Amino acid sequence: MSSADRLDRASAKLLIVDARGKVRDVPRSALASLFSRGDLVVANDAATLPASLRGAHVASGEPLEVRLATWVSVGDPTRFVALAFGAGDHRTRTEDRAAPPPLAPGDRLALGPLVAVIERLLGHPRLVALHFLGERASVLGGIARHGRPIQYAHVAEPLALWDVWTRIAAHPVAFEPPSAGFALDWRTLGAWRRRGIGFATLTHAAGISSTGDLALDQRLPFDEPYCIPEGTAAAVNQAKSDGGRIIAIGTTVVRALESAGGTDSRVGAGNGIASGRIGRETRLRVVDAILTGVHQAGESHFELLQAFADDALLSDISVLAMSRGYRTHEFGDAMLIEHKLSRHPEHQELS
Amino acid sequence: MQTNSDFKGIRVAVTGGTSGLGLALVRRLAAAGARVAFVARSGPAVELIAKETGAHGIVGDIGWKDDIYQIALQISGSLGGLDVLINNASNLGPTPLAPLADTECEDLEQALAVNLLGVFRLTKALFGALAASARTSGAALVINISSDAAVQAYPGWGAYGASKAALRHLTAIWAEEAKAHRIGFLSIDPGDMDTPLHALAVPDADPSTLKRPEHSAGEIVAAMRAALSTRIERLVEVHP
Repeated sequence: MSSADRLDRASAKLLIVDARGKVRDVPRSALASLFSRGDLVVANDAATLPASLRGAHVASGEPLEVRLATWVSVGDPTRFVALAFGAGDHRTRTEDRAAPPPLAPGDRLALGPLVAVIERLLGHPRLVALHFLGERASVLGGIARHGRPIQYAHVAEPLALWDVWTRIAAHPVAFEPPSAGFALDWRTLGAWRRRGIGFATLTHAAGISSTGDLALDQRLPFDEPYCIPEGTAAAVNQAKSDGGRIIAIGTTVVRALESAGGTDSRVGAGNGIASGRIGRETRLRVVDAILTGVHQAGESHFELLQAFADDALLSDISVLAMSRGYRTHEFGDAMLIEHKLSRHPEHQELS
Repeated sequence: MQTNSDFKGIRVAVTGGTSGLGLALVRRLAAAGARVAFVARSGPAVELIAKETGAHGIVGDIGWKDDIYQIALQISGSLGGLDVLINNASNLGPTPLAPLADTECEDLEQALAVNLLGVFRLTKALFGALAASARTSGAALVINISSDAAVQAYPGWGAYGASKAALRHLTAIWAEEAKAHRIGFLSIDPGDMDTPLHALAVPDADPSTLKRPEHSAGEIVAAMRAALSTRIERLVEVHP
């Protein structure tokens, strides 16, 4: 990525909205000095797959791009649900991309060193179940070498894997980066540790953010598998019972923790699927604040923020963010929103 | 070779895993029950060793920037995480060895690319995976293979010695910084071994005066065991 596109870490901004709706903005690097002893920050440590594979539809010879969209079985690199696009590349906006050649079950796709077979169409000409032929090791190697990260029309230079892995990226299971995690670095984690602020991770296989098709976009996010390690569940439950706040780094963490949270607000460890949408009607049981990118009305990410703040406040925040030049894309600035009904009135200041 | 299984389930990556010390480490760790991924440049050699040991073979060049993330992805993807990274792949610099004044800049660059930058890049790419392991189990480990040439000024060993000296200091600083995240960093000098690399450097050495790489591998595995002794063995899958 060129330096013009990459947001300079030092210049990134953070808009803070506390539980009373009070707004202020600070450099994003000020994250290290936020929160209080006993609070717990939870982040998604998924690393991003090079989920875009170029090649050809063997029967027609037509070029196409396949974007892996979600797992059939997490960790098995031979089967995915995928989107197919016709000729063109990421410089065309996803919604303007050509349709793929007509695809049918049994069709073969030649994707660099890989051969994939379409197992099923999934109710839409772009959406298919894909099976890569070969052993796991060689398929994983083929995807690793031939795949490229899903690109964005707003980023001129091609993104490499090192552009889309957060500093904490550990498990390569996400299809697009859990981008709120770009705000974290080891210096910040070290500062939190020294200040008695906990840090834990879960792994959530963040799916694609856009399919380029309105009808398909309505089906987003696809079911996303997550895993909450025992230590993380224990840390969340301990922090909650000690009166600390849970700060989620990104929407994927909110989805996983709220999905794993029982009616008693206790989080269970283990694997799960974050399926339901979170929005205005959702009563948050676990998460007290979210750090996220700057999202606009209409995005599924924005809908999730309605669980944290009412529409009028979100609208004010949007206007404020625009007027102050906040950048909205995956590599942009950040917002920290504390839940309007944060359980701990004595702790209402985030800093 | 020990056939105990005290490394059962431990996830280890070894670079330069198809010859010399790296190969001895892959064999020994696989036999001890570890889940091993290894990296080397030659496709056929990788395939051969993968078949022999059951370890996960990855073709790639540590000295080539564009290879680092595809290697890191295959390591954490195939092992489901990473507990121990052994940066063993090394570049000797000019062969035959040459005085610095006769050393081509490109030879020094290549030694630095593999022995210093490659180790830095791969470790950085896998730092998140190592930290995740440490959060789950209490300790993760990076072992960087060093040399007495990192400390002693041996004439003719300029490119190698300078790059290994830099690596040794990088390791020491990283050890301080990563302590808080419970990732240990060790610099280990395996001694003069009867390996292809040593044969390139000192073609007329008497092999009987050199250590067997299997012996050095045993010492490294012992150091690894000691460094991981604080681990809480919870072999829960940390992968969704």
